[in-house]
Amino acid sequence: MEHPDWLWRTPEPRRSYDVIIVGAGGHGLATAYYLARNHGITNVAVLEKGWLAGGNMARNTTIIRSNYLWDESAAIYEHALKLWEGLQEDLEYDFLFSQRGVLNLAHTLQDVREGTRRVNANRLNGIDGEWLTPDEVAKVCPIVDVSPDVRYPVLGGTWQPRAGIAKHDYVAWAFARKADRYGVDLIQGCEVTGFITDGDRVTGVRTNRGPIHAGRIGLAAAGHTSVLASTLGIRLPLQSHPLQALVSELLEPVHPTVVMSNHVHVYVSQAHKGELVMGAGIDSYNSYGQRGSVHVIEQQMAAALELFPIFANAHLIRTWGGIVDVTPDASPIIGRTPVENLFVNCGWGTGGFKATPGVGWVFAHTLAHGEPHALNEPFTLERFTTGALIDEHGAAAVAH
Amino acid sequence: MLLISCPWCGEREETEFHYGGQAFVAYPADPESLSDEEWAQYVFFRDNPKGAFAERWVHSAGCRRWFNTVRDTVTNEFQS
Amino acid sequence: MRLPEGGEIDRTKPLTFTLDGVEYSGFEGDTLASAMIANGVLQVAPSLYRHRPRGIFSAGIEEPNALVQVGPEPSLQATTVRLTDGLVARTLSGVGRLTPDSGQRRYDKRYTHTDVLVIGAGPAGRMAATTAAAGGARVMLVGLSYPSGNVRFRGSPQGIPPADGAAELRVLSGARAFGYYDSNYVLVAHQQTLWHVRARRVILATGAHEQPIVFENNDRPGIMLAGAVRKYITNYAVLPGRKAVVFTTNDSAYATVAALVQSGAEVTVVDSRPNPPDLAPQGVEVISGLITNTDGPERLTAVSTQDRRIECDLLAVSGGWQPAVHLFSQSRGTLRWNGQAFVPDTPAQANHVVGAANGTFDTRAALIEATEAGVEAAAAVGYPVPPPPLPAVREREITPASPVWLVPGDPRNQFVDLQRDATVADIRRAVGAGMRSPEHVKRYTTIGTGTDQGRTSNVPALGVIAAELGVTPGDLGTTTFRAPSVPVSFALMAGRDRGKLHDPIRTTPIHSWHVAHGAEFENVGHWKRPWFYPKPGEDMETAVLRECRAARTGVAMQDASTLGKIEVVGADAGEFLNRMYTNGFKKLPVGSARYGMMCKADGMVFDDGVTMRLADDRYYVTTTTGGAANVLDWFEEWSQTEWPELDVRFTSVTEQWSTIAVVGPQSRAVIGLVAPDLDVSNEAFPFMTFRETTLVNGIPARIARISFSGELAYEVNVSGWYGLAAWNAIHDEGKPYDITPYGTETMHVLRAEKGFPIVGQDTDGTVTPHDLGMSWIVSRQKDFVGKRSLRRPDTARPDRKHLVGLLPVDPAELLPEGAQMVASDAPLTPPVPMEGHVTSSYRSAVLERTFALALIKNGRHRIGETLLAPLGDRVIAATVTEPVFYDKEGARRDG
Repeated sequence: MEHPDWLWRTPEPRRSYDVIIVGAGGHGLATAYYLARNHGITNVAVLEKGWLAGGNMARNTTIIRSNYLWDESAAIYEHALKLWEGLQEDLEYDFLFSQRGVLNLAHTLQDVREGTRRVNANRLNGIDGEWLTPDEVAKVCPIVDVSPDVRYPVLGGTWQPRAGIAKHDYVAWAFARKADRYGVDLIQGCEVTGFITDGDRVTGVRTNRGPIHAGRIGLAAAGHTSVLASTLGIRLPLQSHPLQALVSELLEPVHPTVVMSNHVHVYVSQAHKGELVMGAGIDSYNSYGQRGSVHVIEQQMAAALELFPIFANAHLIRTWGGIVDVTPDASPIIGRTPVENLFVNCGWGTGGFKATPGVGWVFAHTLAHGEPHALNEPFTLERFTTGALIDEHGAAAVAH
Repeated sequence: MLLISCPWCGEREETEFHYGGQAFVAYPADPESLSDEEWAQYVFFRDNPKGAFAERWVHSAGCRRWFNTVRDTVTNEFQS
Repeated sequence: MRLPEGGEIDRTKPLTFTLDGVEYSGFEGDTLASAMIANGVLQVAPSLYRHRPRGIFSAGIEEPNALVQVGPEPSLQATTVRLTDGLVARTLSGVGRLTPDSGQRRYDKRYTHTDVLVIGAGPAGRMAATTAAAGGARVMLVGLSYPSGNVRFRGSPQGIPPADGAAELRVLSGARAFGYYDSNYVLVAHQQTLWHVRARRVILATGAHEQPIVFENNDRPGIMLAGAVRKYITNYAVLPGRKAVVFTTNDSAYATVAALVQSGAEVTVVDSRPNPPDLAPQGVEVISGLITNTDGPERLTAVSTQDRRIECDLLAVSGGWQPAVHLFSQSRGTLRWNGQAFVPDTPAQANHVVGAANGTFDTRAALIEATEAGVEAAAAVGYPVPPPPLPAVREREITPASPVWLVPGDPRNQFVDLQRDATVADIRRAVGAGMRSPEHVKRYTTIGTGTDQGRTSNVPALGVIAAELGVTPGDLGTTTFRAPSVPVSFALMAGRDRGKLHDPIRTTPIHSWHVAHGAEFENVGHWKRPWFYPKPGEDMETAVLRECRAARTGVAMQDASTLGKIEVVGADAGEFLNRMYTNGFKKLPVGSARYGMMCKADGMVFDDGVTMRLADDRYYVTTTTGGAANVLDWFEEWSQTEWPELDVRFTSVTEQWSTIAVVGPQSRAVIGLVAPDLDVSNEAFPFMTFRETTLVNGIPARIARISFSGELAYEVNVSGWYGLAAWNAIHDEGKPYDITPYGTETMHVLRAEKGFPIVGQDTDGTVTPHDLGMSWIVSRQKDFVGKRSLRRPDTARPDRKHLVGLLPVDPAELLPEGAQMVASDAPLTPPVPMEGHVTSSYRSAVLERTFALALIKNGRHRIGETLLAPLGDRVIAATVTEPVFYDKEGARRDG
């Protein structure tokens, strides 16, 4: 594929903007794009302390799916998936979106119950999904070991055909390019160190490149959101943890789809160029170090070989860690904060990439109108007080 | 793989421990007297600093004792 | 071509090998690459995207071109594959092939501690290791770059003793340290063993990698790194070309010039420096200038300088040396640009970098650094040594290098990353599109992402980007180095944790009986539990109906040993349990048992089970099978971190006790026979009490009247040692009553008929005791963990999802577990509002129909309503009922 000749400018920050988005990851860039496209708001800056899309956007395993259990989650992820389906045309960028389907495997009777429950809920929500028997699993992905004599035999799985993968970097560049074209300033190397306030509302940010004023400010800084919010005394129910992933060398096509297993803990796909892309489990401890402990990778390799014996001779060529911000119910927080004109989009944990266009859409709406879109209305900070959680821990799927 | 110093057993590998999150979050003396907001703070809200963090570990595969420590969440170095 | 003498190969041991279907020969001590060159095979498979001819480029782990598939293993570097007899290899165009692994090699892991770990077995590494070990410190020396065999001390400067002799010096030769983690934790790949090394000090002597130079058509077969050419000549006695040009920016390539001349090659030197040093042997022409282009049909036949064309079949290139800082960078040490290369700056862990890895290329200076590091490490670990005398090494005068980042030419054929086939044109395109960060350019061009880990492309790429932007590479900074620094196989990382050893299997002492009697098993946590016991010709449904019928009408028995069991002991044990459970245990009389439920702080059901009071200060708590470890963790956390003043201790006794449930109207008769000393009458032994007794075969037992089925039932607890004997005794005494063993499925059906929920099946972390219709178990008098959460606005809603029963309108139709229920008037076009889902669903022998449990919105207030389960091709209608289907008045539990 060919990249466009022009991507983005390297502008100097202006003194003030209508909207500032903190964090030029996928979510921040998509928000900037939809602010311009859907709401005509183009006097916007996206501030990034490093290089754009260099955080979790550059570190995730690029899985896209919408087969979540709860209505609230299903609605926002399905909205995102529908956007994904037209996004390459919309952004005029071939970011290698491939609807190769996602299999979520079941290994225990309880897995089977949960998978069935989720497929039924998905279908009633208008989301494609079906239950596959072990033989059908093997037809979809012949390299999965579905034999009964492994430690945790495959008892079946859920299958979402419209799910798939995309090339994460290109997605970010595609949003950045269009946002830049609308006049949005993408400012890299600009670290937000605090906020400028007037009474109980924010009016701007302090940065390593001077103060910048704004009418509304949206935080989309993933694992760093707590640190930013804490400068205003806002406490968020987030914990930042390392999440590791890895790739193999380039290999001839062997894996046609995306396979996820909660019980054996594997999620793996094969990227377009040929490398196997695999995610590991979350490291238990809080960290901003962008690296995790190697035993997590070793466990991941063992789990992968349980399901895919053919991977034994593949090579690990690179591992890396991102920082995921995890909420108590494994669902995000998108909306208002106790401080006027300050809005957050955080707590995506391990699931942020797939939601990218959907988040951009609703967070742009939230920033444009000062109140949430119907789709992010349930994802409030208040739910932790009322108890109206959206508890995806209860769902069968690994939240990646 | 962190090297964690158990106050009872000495330095041991991370795989022998479980993480317990923020330290010094006491169970409220009288939960019933708390507002919903105050109770939610106790149940769901924890500090998430970038830097020194007072946290808890339990030596699950050793003496099974809980202990507090301070670790830098950027370098992962233990400071106590 | 093989030279007539020299090298470290064993010419008495010829080996044959096959490459791309052609048979060749080499010698013991060859790498696949050196043996290829000996046979005149320099060319490898064409490049990945451009399909350009490529050749062996290096002699080590930096090799970008010569990728081969050896048997089932893809993407190996021919330069690091040790030649073995009968080896079969295929050259690869950058893409490997996975095949089902027929060999199933076994991989293993070792864990070790050492005082000092030295990585790199060159002169500096060996010097550091022997110095550090001299005072008695435990030292481990890991040879980085040797493909196999022992660490060789070839050409070692005089005065360095061989390492192998020192008592505390362990040498892992042919090993590769590839991952450097927190607290000096280093992973080393050594053949089929993965070493985990925890070191108090680490000395990195990982050397440096020679860098290529970017010029037009710099990718032809016949173009090699200068150091590699020298290594092939001196180590393997192979000459890659007879008519050579050496293109260099620095002094180091003159050693290659000398080796080439000595081997009889004709040599011309092109030196980028205006005044090249006088280092070439007599008669070798040295030109000050640059190579601008190369020529050849496939293999190199000529090179061009600015003003000359030189015929040749080998071009040896040296663009300077980049210290191998991968591991240092992984350890979070920072790097600094010194004008020529990135060198280690500030360490972040207890380590030293010495020699070429530190940018110190002079041998004498490197040995001094190594000695100092060894002395310091020895002192730091408590085994000090006096500084040893320095070996006599000649100091050399060095003419400063003159780095060349880019020679003018056609950017489309100026290769920056040979493996990824990326050129200067690709970099220009990225920079031209607006990219400024090297991370972006790297991702745009894929430079540095190959199996060679960018060893010959990262620095040249930074040089080109810097030139484009008018800055220095130091201004750009380097990209992050991440483990592994050399590729390692998935199988090595997985080690033994595969197949049967992937996860532990727990079985009860009675397991062998279940196997012998044809049980089908279910995985529950780590346990293998009997699921049902089909008789010949029976399917699951028939077997389960039979087992259920036996329990309801006769007597049946189940191995319940997997239930979690915890002894809670201490003066405050009762008080502690009161704070954990939603209901009270402090006043439970000794000799009695009580069912209890626990919540997490969020008020959601966490675990349940029956607790017996053995003595004033002693309780015997049972948990769910899957929840046992979590409950013990939970108890310990609260007692240690919140209420250390309470006198209470916990002991897991899950494995110490075997538990056998004896269930059914005839169970009293069977227990009477099994426990002859026991008065089993209802008056003497009432429900929810227990008795200590001795079984008919002499086994001491604790028998409780506990029922998870609503039937008259007993639980016989014996020491795990006697589990099988007790089981056999009950089975024998039960024979006259046709006692029937049953599994988890029957247990589930029986409890569901009584509306007893299973935590984890009928709950999912969003369900409170009230939601389950069990408000009776929630104490109003005392606090317990999670109680306050039950008052939150959403949690206190009266219309939450409730556990209710569902009776399919057609009594033969079975609702699938996981079916979503919708209102009978709901339009069936998505999104369809869902009322809840089926958590448990069975065919009941005693009800002679199907039934289900479900969590339904406002369910307790919808009894009698008909809901629909749309299942794609069909819809099942069911009526909402109370969750208790059988013996609502509880008449059966006393027999």
